[in-house]
Amino acid sequence: MSAGAALPRRLPPLAGLAALAAVPLVGLGNYHLHLAITILIWGFVYTAWSIMGRFGMVSLGHGAFLGIGAYVTAMLWNAFGLAPWIGIPIALALAVLMAFVIGYPCFRFRIVGHYFALVTLALGEVVRLTIVALRDHTGGSLGMTVEGVAGGTSLLALQFGDRGAFFYLALAVWLGGLWVWRLVDRSMLRYALEAASEDEDAAASIGVDVTRAKLAITMLSAAMTALGGALYAQYQLYINPETVSGIGISLQIVFAVIAGGLYVQAGPTVGAVITLLLAETLRVAVGHDVHGLDGTIYGLLLVLFIIYMPQGVSGFALALWRGLRDGGARRADAGAAAR
Amino acid sequence: MFDIFLIEAVINGVLLGGVLALLALGLNLVFGVIDVVWICYAELVMIGMYAIWWLFVHYGVPLPVAIGAAVALVALAGVALHVLVIQPVLGTPPINQLLVTGGVLFFLQAAATLAFGIEFRNLGLRMPIVEVGEMFFSFARILAFATALAGVAALWLFLTRTYLGTAIRAISQDREIMPLMGVNPRRIYLVTSAIGGGMAGIAAALLALQYDVHPAIGLSFGPITFMICVLGGLGNMAGGFVAAFVFAQFISVGGFYAQVEWGYVIAFAFFIVMMFVRPQGLFSR
Repeated sequence: MSAGAALPRRLPPLAGLAALAAVPLVGLGNYHLHLAITILIWGFVYTAWSIMGRFGMVSLGHGAFLGIGAYVTAMLWNAFGLAPWIGIPIALALAVLMAFVIGYPCFRFRIVGHYFALVTLALGEVVRLTIVALRDHTGGSLGMTVEGVAGGTSLLALQFGDRGAFFYLALAVWLGGLWVWRLVDRSMLRYALEAASEDEDAAASIGVDVTRAKLAITMLSAAMTALGGALYAQYQLYINPETVSGIGISLQIVFAVIAGGLYVQAGPTVGAVITLLLAETLRVAVGHDVHGLDGTIYGLLLVLFIIYMPQGVSGFALALWRGLRDGGARRADAGAAAR
Repeated sequence: MFDIFLIEAVINGVLLGGVLALLALGLNLVFGVIDVVWICYAELVMIGMYAIWWLFVHYGVPLPVAIGAAVALVALAGVALHVLVIQPVLGTPPINQLLVTGGVLFFLQAAATLAFGIEFRNLGLRMPIVEVGEMFFSFARILAFATALAGVAALWLFLTRTYLGTAIRAISQDREIMPLMGVNPRRIYLVTSAIGGGMAGIAAALLALQYDVHPAIGLSFGPITFMICVLGGLGNMAGGFVAAFVFAQFISVGGFYAQVEWGYVIAFAFFIVMMFVRPQGLFSR
């Protein structure tokens, strides 16, 4: 299922795409289809985070945008019957607005590194606690159910009783995410941001508007994350503050990307595959009763990754592959690029 | 205008401030000396709380002994954290150091779930309620407040009156020059990690008296502890102490006028705004 994603640049993306598109047709059954959809949705969210994370802007508060996407869309639908086709754009607009309100002073006053991480962490908590505090409208910590339509399927309500249909929706959004990643990767914005992440003064002195560049990428990342949140809500039809906002999910986003690989297009998706498969495999292997084993192993892996393999699984694989291809001449280049 | 419940909320806020100040103390020390944020600090506190609960409830160890053992255990955990996790990444970009302790956070949280399950555990103690006039205060909070004051005083004396304390303060001011003066930074880092861990252990003892322990408890105390440290100015003990009381008032009085969550929302929003206004911390010169 990740075969298409793990292939390096320029190699047959079409074949991979065809293989992915055929996934619902081969009779996987609901469980495996569910895993595939979950990987696509989270792969998209992780990609959204990595778009800014790769430039050293480590946000520990992307749960804020995820929560806005999920809750605004669901609340507009439940309370006013406003279809997600209108609700999602409103949610995205709000997420972008929040990114601007927080991002502008952050970048203007050069809040970077630890401090940026802590400001965003506070933001994620503000959104989570606001959702809990508005319990009359959001159901508080108990979460809320997105009202289902009769029959389970409605294009207008963006609800699909059939998992296959939702798979294609998630696939399209995920591909869109990879496409945006590619666009950013090939844009001037990338060079501006890479320069700024190295040295803001030097970047500014050669004419990079650092504040504006950072703001642009943050707003883009926020909008995509909110879309991922809305998609998650539409798929699960149930959301609660812990799963879509706050420090827990925000850290989960960061770590999945780091495990997968922050500097590679497919990295975030690989991270989604790793985390999900780890959890599911262990759950099947040791049963439902043992809680926390997957997290224990995952946490241990994370620590080892950050110490010994900071470029993540896919970054490591890519470096290895390039090394083999070039006979070791440029063995370290992906590793060096990852620094 | 004279509202006795408001006064009660304010005083409870002061008492809560004591707990928060104690929590922030150890983190602030590590922050200031090693220049690493232990994102998993609140999880160390959780280890302490579980240790106390385990010894006290399962083995019937007397509470003071259990607390002493827990403090020692968490101090050891602090040293282990430094040696196993922080030392290998000391030379790497700061954000890696932040993230690696985040990995430890996941690990400890999940390991606690694995070992103790997701149930809420408590010591089963009934702490007395202190009644002053028509106001009610939890004895555990008063105890925590007093301990926090004593802890701050003890740490201050240690840092200013002992050779080791002086070396710790010196190295936090200039980490390049101190090795030339014959101070072994590795040893100082180890001592600092042990003290930071021990402070987490003491905080754990006071928290265990008033709250149930469960694997996610770190997530409810962790963020506020970081914000207090940053708001006070990193490594600035006095600043962190004052910031703890500012935050506690937001939470307590905010919770008095609306729900508790709104108190936290205001506190966090205040933190974000203050970061823009005074990014170097509230109390820096």
